[in-house]
Amino acid sequence: MADTQPKGAAPRPVFSGAVSPKSRLQRWADSDIWYSFKRSPVTIVATTVFFMLIAGALLAPLLSPYTPFDPGSLNLMNGFTEPMAANAFTGDYFLLGTDDQGRDVLSTILFGLRISLFVGITAVLFAMTLGITLGLIAGYIGGWLDGLIMRIADIQLTFPSIMVAMLLYGIGKGLIPPALRDEMAIWVLIVSIGLSEWVQFARTVRGATLVEREKEYVQAAHLIGLSKWSIMLRHILPNVAGPILVIATISLALAIIAEATLSFLGVGAPKTQPSLGTLINVGRQFILSGEWWILLFPSLTLLALALSVNLLGDWLRDVLNPKLR
Amino acid sequence: MLAFIIRRIGQALLVLLAVGFVSFAMFKFMGDPLENLLGQEATLADRAELEERLGLNDPIPVQYMQYLARAMDGNFGVSYRVGLPVGEVILSRLPATLELAALSGFLAIFFGIIFGIYTAIRRDGFIAQTIMTTSLIGVSLPTFLIGVFLIWAFAVNLGWLPSFGRGQTASVFGVELAILTWSGFKSMILPAVTLGLYQMTLIMRLVRSEMLEVLRSDYIRFARARGLGDRAIHFGHALKNTLVPVITITGLQLGSIIAFAIITETVFQWPGVGLLFINAVNFVDIPVMSAYLLLVGAIFVTINLIVDLLYFVIDPRLQADRAGGGGH
Repeated sequence: MADTQPKGAAPRPVFSGAVSPKSRLQRWADSDIWYSFKRSPVTIVATTVFFMLIAGALLAPLLSPYTPFDPGSLNLMNGFTEPMAANAFTGDYFLLGTDDQGRDVLSTILFGLRISLFVGITAVLFAMTLGITLGLIAGYIGGWLDGLIMRIADIQLTFPSIMVAMLLYGIGKGLIPPALRDEMAIWVLIVSIGLSEWVQFARTVRGATLVEREKEYVQAAHLIGLSKWSIMLRHILPNVAGPILVIATISLALAIIAEATLSFLGVGAPKTQPSLGTLINVGRQFILSGEWWILLFPSLTLLALALSVNLLGDWLRDVLNPKLR
Repeated sequence: MLAFIIRRIGQALLVLLAVGFVSFAMFKFMGDPLENLLGQEATLADRAELEERLGLNDPIPVQYMQYLARAMDGNFGVSYRVGLPVGEVILSRLPATLELAALSGFLAIFFGIIFGIYTAIRRDGFIAQTIMTTSLIGVSLPTFLIGVFLIWAFAVNLGWLPSFGRGQTASVFGVELAILTWSGFKSMILPAVTLGLYQMTLIMRLVRSEMLEVLRSDYIRFARARGLGDRAIHFGHALKNTLVPVITITGLQLGSIIAFAIITETVFQWPGVGLLFINAVNFVDIPVMSAYLLLVGAIFVTINLIVDLLYFVIDPRLQADRAGGGGH
């Protein structure tokens, strides 16, 4: 992707003679993207928050003060400990309190973040691969395949993607044997969210491919006898990478929210592998009895995650879309 | 004009047929209906006989036609979970969802347009800025979180409104509606706000950006030059042109209100079709899922069709284009 950066961001005019070849780092430092990034405090904050959350998810086993899913280490006496206070019976300290089972809320959030991000990112990668492939086929090969793919996309677009994901989840659940359902739940979730979001990728790639196809470099590549797939993947694809990146970021926010929603509704990540949505669903049961922290902290984490990805997506769209400038 | 309408209806029917096929395929290929109908001691001969009687040996297209014919009669089979005919179950749940969707759709359109116009006219005002910033957070918030926090604020802390259920209902022409009773109306406020909030922010942002665009255009400048007052310009001239795209998007959003009702209904335990669907997904209740898909598909296709036709009626330029293009 780094090779294609100059396409989205033509190097800013530099006065100090552009003769000397520049290192990749310097080119990056001179680019529009970096310039716009430096000047947008909101984007800097969003990026920082996003990478902190990613780090938290990756390092969850190291960072969590407790092991929330090891039944042996749980002590029921620790249940409902308030945040930033020691438990009255055991004297154990929990920064963000504990849930009804005595699980540390901070640790469950870190592990939940892992599941949420894993499902979100994998689902987007899946949607992206599928969407790009179908978009390239529709745009470059065309013909009846184009018609078929785009009609399917149209029909799917009639329905909101979250509903498509729910339906696919239901179908997926019906197709796998009951004994494996909990184990496979995460994968069913990834496939259903992925399948519900490929359309945006396919439509964008198809549109961009239709434009690129007519350009001279593609005709030249065709003339020297390159195969269709080689032209599509090695020549057209890098040139439509900008919009794909924007859509991927926006889709990631959507996928994370879709995952949280499905898990919240009880049709996503199982209780044995709770994501942020599952945690919020668990926390909801305690708002009537006053244990607000079990709900609040996972919700804030999800909010921070969704908001930071959304803001990043907005910024990327503004930078990579020359039409808006 | 006529050609366009006919073509558009034809497209809608095709989409519906495709959705119907997915729904049929779920019904047909997931789970074995014979397994459910035959007892333990059934012989292979019984099985073959039942297969023949139910028409399961017919070619797939024939079976599909039969499925559609049954669907037209409202016959979607029997729910695996509650053991009642699916058509009946859905019909009994439908009024709850429709009244909820109607109220939140109304809230979204009404406040969306008002806030949109306000933030466009008083672009740099403090209140307008505040509304815009809040709406950004509103767009990023998942629906279910909004619902949970409304419950926390208004039901748990303030105790003003009930946190779940539908309250009492009153019967009108045999349809049970909650909005007609005080307790029902109170139960409806939080779900309706939750459901409408996201659509409201969308409509508001759309109205605002369209209005800003229109206010920059030449004919508005000429209207000012003619000495027309602000009120006449904003509401007499600008608003009309703003509403053309707004109607399209709003129409499409009405469809997604039905879809997002699934989430809201689960949060508030509102006994509508959305809650029914989620329970069906949880229990892998295929007949209910496939019937729901068909129902929602029909609603969506109808809404899209109406929006398209309405768009055509509102914007005379389109009619001229179509007429010139020979109904292409």
